[in-house]
Amino acid sequence: MFAVELAYWQETILKLLFAFVAVLIPAGATVNLYLFKMVSFMQSRLGPMEAGPYGSLQLVAEVGKWAQKEDIVPARADEFVYKASPYVVLLSTFLLVLVVPFGPDAFFANFGTGIFFAMAVSSVSVIGILMAGWASASKYSLLGGLRAAGQLIAYELPLVLAVVGVVIQAGSLNLQDIVMAQHNGEIFGWGAIGNPFILTQFVGFMIFLIAVQAELTQTPFDMPIAESELVSGYMTEYSGFRFLLFFIGEFATANIFAFLGATLFLGGWSIPPFLMDIIPGLAPELDATGAVLSEGGNSAAGMSPWFNLIGPIVMLVKMLALTFIVYWVRFTYPRFREDQLQKFAWKVLIPISLVNIAVTGVLKVVF
Amino acid sequence: MTYLVLQTQLTDTGEWIANIFFYIIAAVAIVAALRMVTTNNVVHASLYLLVVLSAVAATYVILGAEFAAATQILVYLGAIMVLLLFGVMLTRAKIGAETDLDHDQKWIGALVAASLGAVMGYSLWEGFGDVRMPADQVPQRTEAVADEIFSTYIVPFEALSVLLLAALIGAVVVARRD
Repeated sequence: MFAVELAYWQETILKLLFAFVAVLIPAGATVNLYLFKMVSFMQSRLGPMEAGPYGSLQLVAEVGKWAQKEDIVPARADEFVYKASPYVVLLSTFLLVLVVPFGPDAFFANFGTGIFFAMAVSSVSVIGILMAGWASASKYSLLGGLRAAGQLIAYELPLVLAVVGVVIQAGSLNLQDIVMAQHNGEIFGWGAIGNPFILTQFVGFMIFLIAVQAELTQTPFDMPIAESELVSGYMTEYSGFRFLLFFIGEFATANIFAFLGATLFLGGWSIPPFLMDIIPGLAPELDATGAVLSEGGNSAAGMSPWFNLIGPIVMLVKMLALTFIVYWVRFTYPRFREDQLQKFAWKVLIPISLVNIAVTGVLKVVF
Repeated sequence: MTYLVLQTQLTDTGEWIANIFFYIIAAVAIVAALRMVTTNNVVHASLYLLVVLSAVAATYVILGAEFAAATQILVYLGAIMVLLLFGVMLTRAKIGAETDLDHDQKWIGALVAASLGAVMGYSLWEGFGDVRMPADQVPQRTEAVADEIFSTYIVPFEALSVLLLAALIGAVVVARRD
């Protein structure tokens, strides 16, 4: 074991670098793996095969292509707002990744309000989308932006409400606490796999996945960019590098929501406790009462430092599993109509998630 | 306790950094607030208001009130400002300068704003002028906020929820056509 002492500014710079890695690498990986390859196989074709072995460098070629394209601003557009809006969307993505814990000490910021903060900043992307829709000075863009705003407001509610069930069970908003609650949890006294909340909060998990699909404006919830009606919605007028920023924002946010889903429902960066008994060197440091040591607001401080290395890999695997579902649904189902989409949120998802909260609350008191 | 990767040393630098960031955020908020009332485009005005509200949220973070900051972002940025932009863009969202946004009463408005600012600034200075933020400021725990709301402030909290319920029912009544 080795310990590194870093000044505040050094740590901040390192965290900034890691934030770029945590956003861009998974985004590139999932786009290559799922958007290029898996979808091609689902449609009985090979997909990109030329760039790199088995088409694995296709993304590099695509980025090069976009970077070369001219950055066009429509003549009647509001230039500053038009140029700023992709960055607002990306800002939301980077604020989201801040709260995701990747290990006992491997986090960007251990917010006490963790998941609540994440739900709050995820709504910032709507503002960027509305800005893009308005500033493009195009009817297609404006309609797309308005549709996106209406949809994102509607599906933000079930998203937040689905998470409340997990928060009630874990007894904390802090994501590190939620990971540890699942790690230390027991299923009727059997603690070999902990208690991943996907088992007890399955309804919440399903609502979370559906709401995330809608928040990301992925099919079947892609009315805002419906290509048969609105060309490409709020992205219609964008080209070159700014289109690439929207593209990164969309797919990176998908990954970060999958990271959040993995943390909330699949046990986060921790591995099942029975594996920790088998593998040497992973035993947690316990305090006087026999619980995992907690220190300075970090309830996972007593976990083995090796989890700072294992954790990101575990999170990557769980994230790939969840994004697989997102893309699977995306390329399987047809698009909802606008009224169906709104009705589904307000009349189906929100009532179910409210019932879920009530039932969870009652069971929490009973057990 | 050994850390594999990082161990923070946050002593005097923490306070120093908090001060620098506070002044940056305050300057951004003031400039954006002034631009909000002087700009000649409705959407630009809403976007400047958005900057002001986010700056307030950032100030909450510096003060260690994380829950208040997240609530500020969720409610003001994520809901109210989105609805406002939505409404503005649905109705009158011309791109470029508008001429009919000026108003004769603006001087009275400026006077009211200035006197309100003076009164609030004076009372805050008198009341809390010599209060200093502790150098080892730790973020307030969400549980502490919840305990306060559901014990000390339970009556105002319930009164507020009834008020919001009344507003909600009122909105449904107004929106129903039959």
